[in-house]
Formats: sequence, structure tokens, C-alpha cells
Amino acid sequence: MISEDDVRHVARLSRLHLEPDEARRMTAELAKILEHVAKIAELDLAEVPPTAHVLDVVNVLRDDRPQPGLERDEALKNAPAVSDDAFRVPRMGS
Amino acid sequence: MSAWEPVIGLEMHVELDTQTKMFCGCAVTKGEPPNTHVCPVCLAHPGALPVVNQRAVEYATRIALALGCTVQPRSVFHRKNYFYPDLPKAYQISQFDEPLAIDGHFEYWVGDERLCCRINRVHMEEDAAKLVHAGGEAGRIAGSDHSLVDFNRGGTPLIEIVGEPDIPSPAAAGEFLKQLRQLVIELGVSACIMEEGQIRWDANVSVRPAGGDELGTRTELKNMNSFRFLQQALEAEIPRQIEILEAGGAVDQETLHFDPDSGATMPLRSKEEAHDYRYFPEPDLVPIVVDPRWVEEVRAGLPELPAARIERFAEQYGLSRQDAFVLGGGSGTLARFYEDVVAAGVDAKLTANWTMGEYLAHLNETGLEPGKGHVTAGRLAALVKLVQDGTVSATGAKQVFALMVDERGEPAAIVEAHGLAQVSDAAELEAAVRKVLADNPAQVEQFKAGKEQVAGFFVGQVMKATQGRANPKLVNELVRKLLAG
Amino acid sequence: MISGLDPQRLTAREAKRLLVDGETTAAELVSVYLDQIERVEDRVHAYVQLTAENATRYATEIDREMGATRGALAGLPTAIKDNMVTEGVVTTCASRILENYNPVYTASAVKQIFGDHVVMLGKANMDEFAMGSSCENSAFGPTRNPWDLATVPGGSSGGSAAAVAAGEALWALGSDTGGSIRQPAALCGVVGMKPTYGAVSRYGLVAFASSLDQIGPITRSVWDCALLLKHIIGHDPRDSTSVELPFEIELPTAERLDGLRVGIPAEYLAAGIESGVRESFDATAKLVEELGGRVVEVSLPHTDHALPAYYIIAPAECSANLARFDGVRYGYRSEHASDLLEMYEHTRGEGFGAEVKRRIMIGTYALSSGYYDAYYGQAQKVRTLVKRDFDEAFAQVDVVASPTSPSVAFGLGSRTADPLAMYRSDVCTIPVNLAGLPALSIPCGLSEGLPVGFQLIGPAFSENRLLSAAHALEQALGFVEVASFHERAA
Repeated sequence: MISEDDVRHVARLSRLHLEPDEARRMTAELAKILEHVAKIAELDLAEVPPTAHVLDVVNVLRDDRPQPGLERDEALKNAPAVSDDAFRVPRMGS
Repeated sequence: MSAWEPVIGLEMHVELDTQTKMFCGCAVTKGEPPNTHVCPVCLAHPGALPVVNQRAVEYATRIALALGCTVQPRSVFHRKNYFYPDLPKAYQISQFDEPLAIDGHFEYWVGDERLCCRINRVHMEEDAAKLVHAGGEAGRIAGSDHSLVDFNRGGTPLIEIVGEPDIPSPAAAGEFLKQLRQLVIELGVSACIMEEGQIRWDANVSVRPAGGDELGTRTELKNMNSFRFLQQALEAEIPRQIEILEAGGAVDQETLHFDPDSGATMPLRSKEEAHDYRYFPEPDLVPIVVDPRWVEEVRAGLPELPAARIERFAEQYGLSRQDAFVLGGGSGTLARFYEDVVAAGVDAKLTANWTMGEYLAHLNETGLEPGKGHVTAGRLAALVKLVQDGTVSATGAKQVFALMVDERGEPAAIVEAHGLAQVSDAAELEAAVRKVLADNPAQVEQFKAGKEQVAGFFVGQVMKATQGRANPKLVNELVRKLLAG
Repeated sequence: MISGLDPQRLTAREAKRLLVDGETTAAELVSVYLDQIERVEDRVHAYVQLTAENATRYATEIDREMGATRGALAGLPTAIKDNMVTEGVVTTCASRILENYNPVYTASAVKQIFGDHVVMLGKANMDEFAMGSSCENSAFGPTRNPWDLATVPGGSSGGSAAAVAAGEALWALGSDTGGSIRQPAALCGVVGMKPTYGAVSRYGLVAFASSLDQIGPITRSVWDCALLLKHIIGHDPRDSTSVELPFEIELPTAERLDGLRVGIPAEYLAAGIESGVRESFDATAKLVEELGGRVVEVSLPHTDHALPAYYIIAPAECSANLARFDGVRYGYRSEHASDLLEMYEHTRGEGFGAEVKRRIMIGTYALSSGYYDAYYGQAQKVRTLVKRDFDEAFAQVDVVASPTSPSVAFGLGSRTADPLAMYRSDVCTIPVNLAGLPALSIPCGLSEGLPVGFQLIGPAFSENRLLSAAHALEQALGFVEVASFHERAA
């Protein structure tokens, strides 16, 4: 039901590196899980509306008034890499 | 004419001038030191949650109504999922199949021609943070060593306006965007400063056999913020596609980048596979259900829109469609100036000529906004009145105008001080005419021989002799009278 | 100074009385729990992190500042599940990817009880990012069930439940997405409640499945549960999905269940319930009738489809919720980071455990192009039906009752090889989250020496009725056994 290629594709979409044995194991596990969850396909739900929210609430809105945020050192304190007061990430090309 | 026609669809992104971001209370700012207007929400810290900015909804609704859209009774937010360092949650909260508004249109002019572009939708989303590529050449990704992210901009409210592929040419694309931008500015929801990236657009372009109605494969030109580059890019891309199709090939659907130096479009360096955004309804936000009465309040609060104003000008002031467009279209600042002048009690058409002529030239030269500078509405009105009642001639008035720009005085005072009053005294003029006729007997003979247009020569000579101050109408009458007699 | 305070039996109610009457102090109370932690924690491993020094210092301060005017919760020693951010105290979600994450704010619900001067003893262990039913998915080692150290405490709030059962905390906060408060409460012989969705703010609760998650109390008694619940509920402007309960939480006093209509869903009893659990459940159902309740059978026809629907919806939402853990702004960053893509993939590949990765993959798959309608779209419709089932049942009964868990605590490692077997631990609890309803679990007996939980589910906003019924039942059941830290031979 799900091939190892599918798994690699999904892993790439999710930005998850999988070691080869991990990928193999994951393929088997996911196949079993997907088989189980696919059970819902047996129901004919054409007339049933989806539930995106269980709450019956709408229009939760906020006044457009500034609120105090974080000081810069707070914002940067957990950063793995910082340069010039900005979050630094490795180069994007390869 | 070409066997092919271009089909262009435009999407515009507008950053709103709200006080705070779309989903958190951080201030929307420009040019602040990096990462000084951030909070757990816009930094996507674990456990943080979004809350919708009410004013952003109002501003989005203004745009939607100004574009004649139907504001949907119910709209929801969706998550658009992809990984990029400027997207802290790794999803953008946007709207997908239940946007705020749909089905509008925008009328715009290309020269004399009035065109209409259908608007597919107007929806709300949040802007990404600022990503700068460092360590390479000139901030390009290629060759850069690392990138830096500043989250101040991240979360700024962004409105997306999606037009249908109704744009027929690169020139039309430029005009569409310019005029749509003017409209947005007039709505007071964004200053639309292009240099600051407050307004950006993507263009989808394809070609098809002229007169056809199927759409060809399109390419996408992303994230431009210069009208000139857009036009150049389209002017490069359209022939490229035509060439491919005429050779029997197929256009690849891809995202392109325009290089202004080479003038060519080329595929964007592929940084990741084609996006699968995996949209699903945002579980952290509840739907927006608009009260029709509130929508009507917003609609009532809209400023007069350009299309309506142009109609009104043509009707109210007896102007030609073209003149009404020049004066009444656009952002309305010129229109307001014009109306202020007319309201002072001067002739509408004469005012129109002066506004579109001397005054507009003056604005173009100085870069001033209408109503600013030394030529106020009051002063222009006074000047037009002087022309209207014959105190100055048209030529004289032009001199007065120039002096008004420099000296900032009132027109009447300037006329007085520089002796620019039109001479309308019959006796004085008659004397001048007689002198000219006496000085130019050959031309008098010509006139008497039947060359009627020589009268113009005499009028010109009288004008010259009086330093342009003679009332040309009276001079004309006197010349004819004396020649006849 | 009072001697003989037994941390495995003391309730918040009693502790408050002792404090107010001056029979003990906050400092003494804290030391009782810290002593117990010292005695048993190396065997139970309920905590990821202890904040003992701060706790002692704060308790001393409370004694000094507050004197006799104790606030409602002042001085009460509390464990907080490590997926609620606590400013200045590292919060890990039991994951390597947040191993050193130092929060910049405190979760709203936690802030509320901090404002009531509870004393935090530490951050409780859990399944990584709240994904699991056994607490074996923690990156920092599993928690063991104090009743039998060779078994699991349940999950994902296993640390919170074990801490309460072991006397390592007076009470605790947990979170529940598919049963993660109720099931560990059942397996550990304590009380656990998930409120109506929206009743407690999620701001600061690290999101697993946004439309299902709720914070709730884990306590020694139903009365305690009501007290703690009372102090964590409330509309929070920072959480668009939070609502103000249209009533006050009442501290329960009922001793009978006269007139209460209790529905038992046939489908839940067919769900592979262990015989010992079933016996205990049936005995409790009989007790309900003795107390004046009326037990009837009801049907929740879409029960069988609730589990698969959950295992699409929850992973789908979590795949997006966990995407922010990318090594850019906080948390772990892999050393394999020669370019951005490598940085992302290795940070997440190394930082997340196997179960988390599985769920992210399922979720991404279910939302991906071409699969949305069949999986996520369809699951959202099943959700509608599950909710309708409950609505219809509640037209006939006041509460629905079931065993909380199909089994008692199972052996460590006994279900880890089969994800599906693990998922089935939540078959009785999951439908409640899909419907957004309130539910609680109370201990109702033992089977093979291990606790059995009895679950009560009510319509939205029926917290008071649930607490009242549970209280009456609890009094009548007289469940007094406590964990004794056995370790049964394998």
C-alpha cells in the first residue's frame, strides 16, 4: 500500500532524514497503520459535513493595539546560531 | 498582427498599514533593528497561538468591496505548509477554499481604452520574515555562505488579490497594477510603498492562438516590485513562449526569474521540489462570519472610488471622458484639488484645461503632491478667474502662473506688480493696431487682396508690440474692423 | 509540626485544612514530597526535571508572606507535565529536540495556578510530544508504574499520574488528546479529568493535535480534581479556541446518584476488554444502581471508526504543529548542517523519536496531494458522526460510562513492537476527544493487583454533573489501596 519510494517522498516533505534501515522499518509500520486507518473509507459519507471545529464559536478577534513582546536577547537566547542580531542558518544552495 | 496573443493573470500582495501584526500584538514597523518586534507567536515558539487582528479584517473587507467582490458570509483560515527559514511555523496561516471575498472586477484604462479584469478573490494571510543571504555576492543565494533571518516583518498582515487571466498585454499589466495600487492607497489601508516591498506581485503568463479561448501552459514570474521589470519580463517571456510553440515544442510550467541585466527570463534555481502545500483548515482559529450590516457600514465608509468619480466628473463638469479620467481617476488627490478650485466659483472646463495643462506640468516638474506647494487651490482659482474675466490674457496668465510658483504671491498682486494686466482699453488698443497696420502696408495689401489669414499676422504683431498684454480677442476684432473700414 | 503525613494518601483538601489550621506549613508539606521523591524517584522516574530548591525556597516564602490568609491553592506541591512551557525552567516535551529549550513565557493555565501560589516540584515525564499510551516514548527513559515497576504507568501523561500515585506530588497537571490524562490515571489508580474542549486555555501547551488537546487535573480524589479544575479554567484572549464556562465549578458533595441516567455503550464493551477490568466495571455499574442511578444500554454506532479517524486527524495536525521544530530559532540543531536542507533533515531526524516520526509521516501522507479527501477529509466526517452519536445518546442518558482502558497496566516493552497494539489502548478514550466532551476516570477496583479505571463522559459543559456523580461513586467505592512499588517477576 505504501512503497519505500512513497516513504522517502513523505520524509522529504516532512524534512525527516531516515537511515536506510529506518526507512525500511518505517515502510512496514506505516503500511500497517495506513491499512488500519483506511477502514474509514468503507463508510459512505457523501452527505456528512466535516467537523473542523467542535466548538460553536466564530469571530474571535483582537483589537489592533500593540502589546509588549520580547526583548531581543530573550528572542535570541535559545537560538542555535546568531549573527548580527539575526538568526543564522546554513546556506541554502548546494 | 501576431498570430499569437498573450494571456496574463496577476496576483498582488499588499502589506496592510495596521498597528499590529495579523495574528499577534507585535507592532508593524519598518527599518527597526532586527528581531526587536517579536513575540512567542510570531517566533513560533512551542505552545504559541494566533489571534486574528480585527482591523486587518476590516481593511481586507474595504479592498474586497472596492473591487466589487462578494464578501463571503463565512470564511476560514487554512494552513499552507512548507519549510523555509522565513516561515517560523513552517506553515503560513492563509485562506484556501473559503476566502474572505470572491468574484469582483477592476476597471482600468490603457490610453483611451477602458479594460476590465475580473477579480477571482481577495483573502488574508501573514507575511514571511526577512531573509538575507550573506557571505556571497550582492545578497544572492548563489554562492552565499549562510543566511540571516529577521522576524520583525514576519506576521505582518498581507492581503492577496488574485485577478483572472484577463490581461491582454504587458502594457495593460503595467496599467492594471499602477491603477490598482492607486485604488488601494486611496482606501487608506496601505501606503503601498514599492521600495519597501509593501506591494508585490506575481504574474502568470501564457500565449495562445490569437482569438482563441483555451489557455496555454503558463509560467510564473514571482515577487516583482517594479512596474518596469514586470513589463520587461513579460516582453521577454512572451516571445520566448511563442518561439517554443512555433517550433512545435511545449512550454514547461515553471517558475521563472527575470534578470534585468540580460533581459531574459530563466527558471528559478530549484531550491526544493514542487510544493505540496497540504492545505487543511487552521484548527487554532475559528471561522469569520460577517454581519451584513457591518459590511454595509464598511461599504458606506469607503471613499468615492475612481470609476464612480470619473463618471461623475464627466457628468457634473461636462468634461470629455478622457479629461474626466485624467482629473478624476487615480488616487483622488488631483480630483480633490480640481474640485476645490471649481468650488471657488470658476468655470469647470477652463479649470480643467489649466489643471491638466500648467498645473500638472508643474507637479511633474517639482514632484509635489496636488494641493501642496505655492500654487494652492485658492490661488489657481483666483488666476482662472482673472482669465475668465479678461484681466489677463491666456499668455499673460501663463507668466503669472510661473511667477506664482516662484514668488508665492496671490495672482492679482503678481499681475499688478509685474504689470501683466491685459490691455483691454479700446483706445489704447486701437492706437496699437493702427500703428501695426501703418507699419506693414504690404501685408495690408495682401489682406485686401483676399488673404484673410494675414489678420493673424497683425494680431501677432500687436501682441508683440504690447509684450503679450493686449487682449487678443479685442485685438482681433479691432484688426478686422480697421481693415474693413 | 505534624508527623505521619503520608504523601500517597494526602489529598489537597486535607492538606489545605492542615495548612489553614496551622497544623503544618508549606515548607513542611513540600519536604514530605521531596523526601518521597528521594525515596522512590530512582525507581519510578516520574520527573524529567526536579525544581526542588526553588520549591523549598518558594514554600518558605509562602509561609513567611501569607501567614494564615492562605490563598486557595497556596503551598500545594504540584507536578506539571513537561509539555506546558514554564518560563525560566527548561521544558522538553520529553524530546531530544527540546532538550535545552528555555521558554520565554509561561502557559496560561499554569500561570493561573502559579498566581494561586502552588509550589511546582518539577516537570513530569511523558511520551515524547504527548504521543503514546505508555510513557515509553520519552527520550529520557520511561516512567514506571508505582503499582508494579515492571509495568507502564500509561501515557502520555504517565509521569504526572505516576507522581501522584507514588506520592511524589500532591497533584499534577496533565494533557489529554486521545486519553492521555484518563488512561494513565486509570493505570495508576488515581483520578484524571479532561475538560470540555476550550474550557482550559491551550496557550503554552505545546500543541500535538490542536483540535483535540486539553489540559486537565490528575489528583488523588474527585474533590481535589474539582478544585484544581476550577483554577485552570477560563477564557484566555491568547487562545482563540478557549471559551468561558457558563457556570462555576462546584466542589462536589453528592453521596448518591438518584435519578442519574447512566448509559453504557455496547460497542465499548465489545472492544476487547480484559476480563478483570470487565468484572470491576460491572461491579461498579451495579454500585451505580445501588446509589439510585439507572443504568441503560446505549449505542455509539461509529465507535469502531473513531480510532482510525483519530489516527488520521491527530497525526495530520501534529505534522504541521511539529514542523516548527526545525533548528532555526530554538532547540536542537544537528551538526550535520552543511546546508539548509541537511540541517532541517538531520535536526529533525536526530531530534525526534520513532513514534513522533511515524506520526509526522502518517500526517503528512494523509494531507498530501491526492490523499486529502480519502484520509483527512473523510476522517473529519467520521468525527461529525462520532459527535452525533454522543448527542443522540445524551438525549436518553445524563452520562455515559465505560472502562477507561481495556486493560490494566501492561508490561514495559510488551507493546512497543506493534504500534497498532499500543494505539488500541485508547479505544475507550479517543471518541471523547473527537467530540470535544468532558470525561473523567476514577479508580474502581483492582485486577491482578493493578488498578482499574471507571470512565464517565458527559455532554459539553457538564463538568459539575460529572464531578458530582464521580464523587458520590468514589465515596461509595471506598478505594483506599495505594501503590507499593512492587516489581513483579517478568
